[in-house]
Amino acid sequence: MSTLQEVSRRGFLQGVLSSGALVLCARFVPSHVWAADVPGGTSVDRAMLHTDVWAGINPDGTVFIITSRSEMGTGIRTSLPMVLADELDADWKRVKIEQALGNEKLYGDQDTDGSHSIRSFFDVMRQSGATARTMLTQAAAQRWGVPVGECAADLHTIVHRPSGRRWGYGELAADAAKLPVPKKEDLQFKPRSAWRYIGKGTSSYDLQDLCTGKAMYGMDARVDGMVYASVEHPPVLGGKVKSYDDQKALQVKGVQQTVPIDPFKGAWGFQPLGGVAVIANNTWSAFQGRKRLNIAWDDGPNANYSSDTYRKELEKTARQPGKVVRNEGNVDAAFSSGAKIIEAGYYLPHLAHAAMEPLVATADFKDGKVTVWAPTQSPQSVIDTLSSVLGISKDDVTCHVTLLGGGFGRKSKPDFVAEAAVLSRKLGKPVKVVWTREDDIQFDYLHSVSAMYLKAAVDAKGRPTAWLHRSVFPPIGSMNDPKATTGDEISMGASDVPYSIPNLRVENGEALAHIRIGWLRSVGNIYNAFAVQTFTDELAHAAGRDPVEYLLDLIGPPRVLNIKDASEPGYPFDTARLRRVTEIAAEKAGWGKRKFGHGTGIGIAAHRSFLTYVATVVEVEVNDKGEVRIPHVFTAVDAGTIVNPGLVRLQFEGAAVFGTSIARSGEITVQNGRVVQTNFNNYPVSRMSEAPLEISVHLIDSNDPPAGVGEPGVPPFVPALGNAIFSATGKRLRELPLSKANLARQIA
Amino acid sequence: MITLKVNGTERTVDVDPDMPLLWVLRDTLGLTGTKFGCGMALCGACTVHINGEAARSCVTPISSVSGKSITTIEGLSANGLHPLQKAWMELNVPQCGYCQSGQIMQAAAMLNKKRDITDQDIDDEMSGNICRCGCFKRIRTAIKSAAEGRA
Repeated sequence: MSTLQEVSRRGFLQGVLSSGALVLCARFVPSHVWAADVPGGTSVDRAMLHTDVWAGINPDGTVFIITSRSEMGTGIRTSLPMVLADELDADWKRVKIEQALGNEKLYGDQDTDGSHSIRSFFDVMRQSGATARTMLTQAAAQRWGVPVGECAADLHTIVHRPSGRRWGYGELAADAAKLPVPKKEDLQFKPRSAWRYIGKGTSSYDLQDLCTGKAMYGMDARVDGMVYASVEHPPVLGGKVKSYDDQKALQVKGVQQTVPIDPFKGAWGFQPLGGVAVIANNTWSAFQGRKRLNIAWDDGPNANYSSDTYRKELEKTARQPGKVVRNEGNVDAAFSSGAKIIEAGYYLPHLAHAAMEPLVATADFKDGKVTVWAPTQSPQSVIDTLSSVLGISKDDVTCHVTLLGGGFGRKSKPDFVAEAAVLSRKLGKPVKVVWTREDDIQFDYLHSVSAMYLKAAVDAKGRPTAWLHRSVFPPIGSMNDPKATTGDEISMGASDVPYSIPNLRVENGEALAHIRIGWLRSVGNIYNAFAVQTFTDELAHAAGRDPVEYLLDLIGPPRVLNIKDASEPGYPFDTARLRRVTEIAAEKAGWGKRKFGHGTGIGIAAHRSFLTYVATVVEVEVNDKGEVRIPHVFTAVDAGTIVNPGLVRLQFEGAAVFGTSIARSGEITVQNGRVVQTNFNNYPVSRMSEAPLEISVHLIDSNDPPAGVGEPGVPPFVPALGNAIFSATGKRLRELPLSKANLARQIA
Repeated sequence: MITLKVNGTERTVDVDPDMPLLWVLRDTLGLTGTKFGCGMALCGACTVHINGEAARSCVTPISSVSGKSITTIEGLSANGLHPLQKAWMELNVPQCGYCQSGQIMQAAAMLNKKRDITDQDIDDEMSGNICRCGCFKRIRTAIKSAAEGRA
């Protein structure tokens, strides 16, 4: 160990007296990134005034705010504390944010996925802020001997309005701490007009660290005495090690030993896949040792899984009756009435998440307890999984949440954390498991492959009188029930189709999973919206009608839909809002005002997901070689109340790039149970030169309750791009990626 | 034993001569600002400067940089306020931030050579650096801003 580390280790341990404390690298101790793990709990718990687990105020005026959500790039670590700071009327510059340990009892659900952090915690944050503000106000009134009604919060101070006297929050903290905590129902909240930060926003709390290399991700964790591990997994799901020879691996300088890991039992869930781990004193040696392992595998039944044959099965199933999940009117009667029938099949391949930070976790198992440091979206899943895999109490699992170098849903599945924990117990020392990019792509919980079949009977104006939608996909639920063949993904963009059509049926065809399937940014909405919004464009063109006008006609008049699984209390499915984003996106793009064709095109799609309404218009240019450029994307978003508009814009800009990756080159294939792709050379994602050049995001000003922003930008982008390519080339994309479509010949 | 200069300080390391610079920086020297993304020079997350030129540290054997001068994100500027870092912050470029050290180091090497840059230059120089969050539009704007001395 170098001197540099020794010094920083001492510095860190002076501040944090805990076993298993992190030894951080040179020059800084970013205590704000790592959860406190000291007797006495968090900075909030130790603060002079702390009314709940979320907020604390010290006599120096520092306000500590706990963030319980994982930061993977959405800015949630900043935006939720900002809501609390607003209601507290705190000065943002005096706020320190601290990341929570995994603790469901204290913080509730911490699973940062499903685009629900703001929705679920907006009121929790406001209540906490209002509670502390109320107590500070009462403390000031008592000190002055004046009625509370004469006092008010004003940017980190309480002011006595008649006299103009002021006390700072820090000066009041000790007195306020002696007061009873007000009841929730007695709290007064700021009126919307008085919001200081909500709706205006701020940049990321971690911005400077993110730009200077100081931000600490799971990949950067270091624990005193730790070893590094790299795991050779069974190449086929359910495979087992028959035998292995590690002689050559052990000859690699730095390699210490190899350790077999048991395969999962029963449903795979989040259990480790099993395999053989190479243990070394540095990451690279562990990687090198792995290449020299000689393992004989028993692949098991999933070795029969190959994408080309599986595709045929999915497409066949999509043409047969499936499980009916929505049925209105009489579709069959309409189809046999002699009306014009239009039908189309769509196919999308598996996708890998490929976050920039490969999976990584550090675990220290000691005395029957385990402490982990992981870039996890879901500390609760870490605790549940480790408790189950190690056979220890949940109370004996401590989960530190580091920053995440991207997540996209993969990092809510803690198989990689469980690997580190299992290895640490076996070795009796802290272990850091580092996945290579190849591991990350080949042992993903893949976005589901899918086949869709859509059929419409249309009237003289080309408007559907009947609509049938079937989706077939191996479901996410297979991780807990390997025999599952259908899933809730059907309610993501298929059964909640918001069209005004008298006869409508949605079916879910059956498919078994032969590889791990998981949720990926916007989940089933990706394939369902692709099919629905492409088919809509196909129907518009078949009718000779303008795609925007046609889309609005199908959405129909403003109304609240009564569709199972499509709304939540406070969040009805309001078609007026979908109409409005469609109209705005079209207007911002100058729809109808410019001529396209002969290599230039424009396309639209609209979709509601995670309770947010989004419409996207994509402009494309396709040259004579068939190369696609995306000069401009216009997205209109109605996500209800928006807390941090600057960071929300980033999410929708990013969604357009994520969607570009899906559409251009997103394809994972499987052969004999093995994922074929390995790294960014054969699983390409969008680069600077391929990404949309300009992305204009229009956020609708709304007083409706806050809805999701991390995921909803993805679903409409992909079909909008396909529709634009049709406009430019006349080539209809019914499957992706478009790298496989030969667009070169299509230009007249 | 291999000696190299890292951010202005001479460092001697006792590692396998084939070990890539990336892992020497991260595991041996504790400089974790340089990131591991692909291990094959495909993503740019590990970009550092070797004698002033942008290079992928994940495929650079440590033996090949003996005696050379390495700059990492930690040493790009004394106070974290290189014009690119200022522009990055002014324009709120990062989302997860994991790739940004590599992006900034790649862009810094370009600006060292040339100030009058076009969109094509940026495409050419920056397309080896993946950003999975999709911050490209802002990266482009930030580079132009820094190049024009606005940051």
